[in-house]
Amino acid sequence: MCLGIPAQIVCIDDADRMLATAEVGGVRRQVNIICIVDDHHPPESCVGDWVLLHVGFAMSRIDAAEAEATLGVLTELGEMAP
Amino acid sequence: MKYVDEFRDRDKAAALLHAIEAVTEEIRPAKALQIMEVCGGHTHAIFRYGIEAMLPDAVELVHGPGCPVCVLPMGRVDDCVAIATQPGVILVTFGDAMRVPGSQGSLMQAKANGADIRMVYSPTDALAIARNNPEREVVFFGLGFETTMPSTALTVLEAERDGISNFSVFCNHITIVPTLKTILDSPDLRIDGFVGPGHVSMVIGSAPYEFIARQYRKPLVISGFEPLDLLQSVWMVLRQIADGRAEIENQYARVVASGGNAAAQRAIDAVYEPREHFEWRGLGSIDHSGVRFREAYARFDAERRFVVPGVRVTDPAACQCGEVLKGALKPQQCRVFGTDCTPETPMGALMVSSEGACAAYYRYAAKTV
Repeated sequence: MCLGIPAQIVCIDDADRMLATAEVGGVRRQVNIICIVDDHHPPESCVGDWVLLHVGFAMSRIDAAEAEATLGVLTELGEMAP
Repeated sequence: MKYVDEFRDRDKAAALLHAIEAVTEEIRPAKALQIMEVCGGHTHAIFRYGIEAMLPDAVELVHGPGCPVCVLPMGRVDDCVAIATQPGVILVTFGDAMRVPGSQGSLMQAKANGADIRMVYSPTDALAIARNNPEREVVFFGLGFETTMPSTALTVLEAERDGISNFSVFCNHITIVPTLKTILDSPDLRIDGFVGPGHVSMVIGSAPYEFIARQYRKPLVISGFEPLDLLQSVWMVLRQIADGRAEIENQYARVVASGGNAAAQRAIDAVYEPREHFEWRGLGSIDHSGVRFREAYARFDAERRFVVPGVRVTDPAACQCGEVLKGALKPQQCRVFGTDCTPETPMGALMVSSEGACAAYYRYAAKTV
C-alpha cells in the first residue's frame, strides 16, 4: 500500500497546477509535484530530479549524496569482512 | 533502475549478513531476538527476497500491523459496499481493496453483482472520473497510512478549488503511531526492536517515534524497501541492542528527511482531524488511530453524504490475527492458516493483501511449513 517507486521528472506540464511528467523505467505518467516544490525549488527547477512517487504524487526528492553515503557504509563493511 | 539495482547488490548483502552474524554472536541472546517490521511493504519485500531465511536463528522477524488493507474491519467494508450499491454512485478504489472481505462480501463481489466500481492508481484519477461524469456521485475509497493521506487531502483541496460538487471520499485513513503504542503496551509483547516504516516516515519524519526510544527503551531504524536496506536496518537494530542503545535511526536518508515533508503535513493538518477511536481488524478499537474530515470539508465526507450501516462486525472467532500481529504466533501456527483461510478466500486480516504476513507466508514460505 505504501509502495513508492523512484522516478525522474522529465518536464513540467502546468506549473500553476503543479503537474509534471515523470518517467519510470521508460513509462511516462503525469504526476503532482506540490509536495516537492518550495521557495528553494520552484517547479521549473524540478526537471531532471529523481523523486519518490506514490499514487501519482512526488512525495520526496531522492538525495543522491545520501544514497552514496548509505552504499559507502556497505562497501566499507564488505572490505572489513574476512 | 536507478536507486533500485544498486540496493540489490549480492556482495554487499553477503557483507551485511556476515556483520549481522557477528553482532548476534556479540549479543549472545538467551532466547531469539524479535524485531518487528511495522510496514506491510517491508513484510512483502522480506518474503519476496527470502530475507528471513538468511538471518541467524537467534534473530526472528515479527510482521507488524502496517498493511492498511489488512486491518480494515469488516464493518467498514460493509459500509463501502452500501455506498457503492446506491443508485447513481461510482465507487473508485485502489485495486488492493477489492478483495477485502466484509460480512456481506467484498467490493469485487459487489462489482460482479452490477455495482459501478472502478480501480485507479491515484485519487486524482477518481477526481477526473468525477469531472467527466457530472451527473453521477463519485466516491473515492480513501485508505492508507500517512503515506497516502496527503494524496487524498490534496485531491480534496483540488476538488474544492475547482468547485467539483459530485466528489466525496469514504475516509478510512489511519495513523501508525497510536497502534505502535498499543503494541508496546501489550502484556504479551516480546519485541526487542523495530524496523520503522520508510514511506510513512517520508511524510511524518522521525520525531513521532522518539517515545519508543525514550519511554520504552526500544531501538527503531527507519528503513528503505530494497534487500540491502532491510538487511542494513536489521543490522543497525542489532548494533543498538549490542551497544545497549535505544535510538531512532534513519537508514533511508536518501528519501526520508528528519522533519518529514512539510507540504504533505500541511495538507494533512488542513483537511483531517483525529477520530476518538478507530476499529482495526485483528487489534480491536484503538484511540486516535484514525482520521476524518474537518467540519470545513464535511461536504466531501461520504459518511455524511450517504447513509451507511455503521455496524461493528466482530472478526471470525477462529482468526488469530491479533496474536500474529503482536508476534505471539507465527502465521502458520494460526489454527486456520492455509485451511479455512487462504489468499483466495481470506478469513483473517493478514491473508487479505500480498502485504499481509499470512498471505506472504502462504505465497513464499508455505512450501517449507
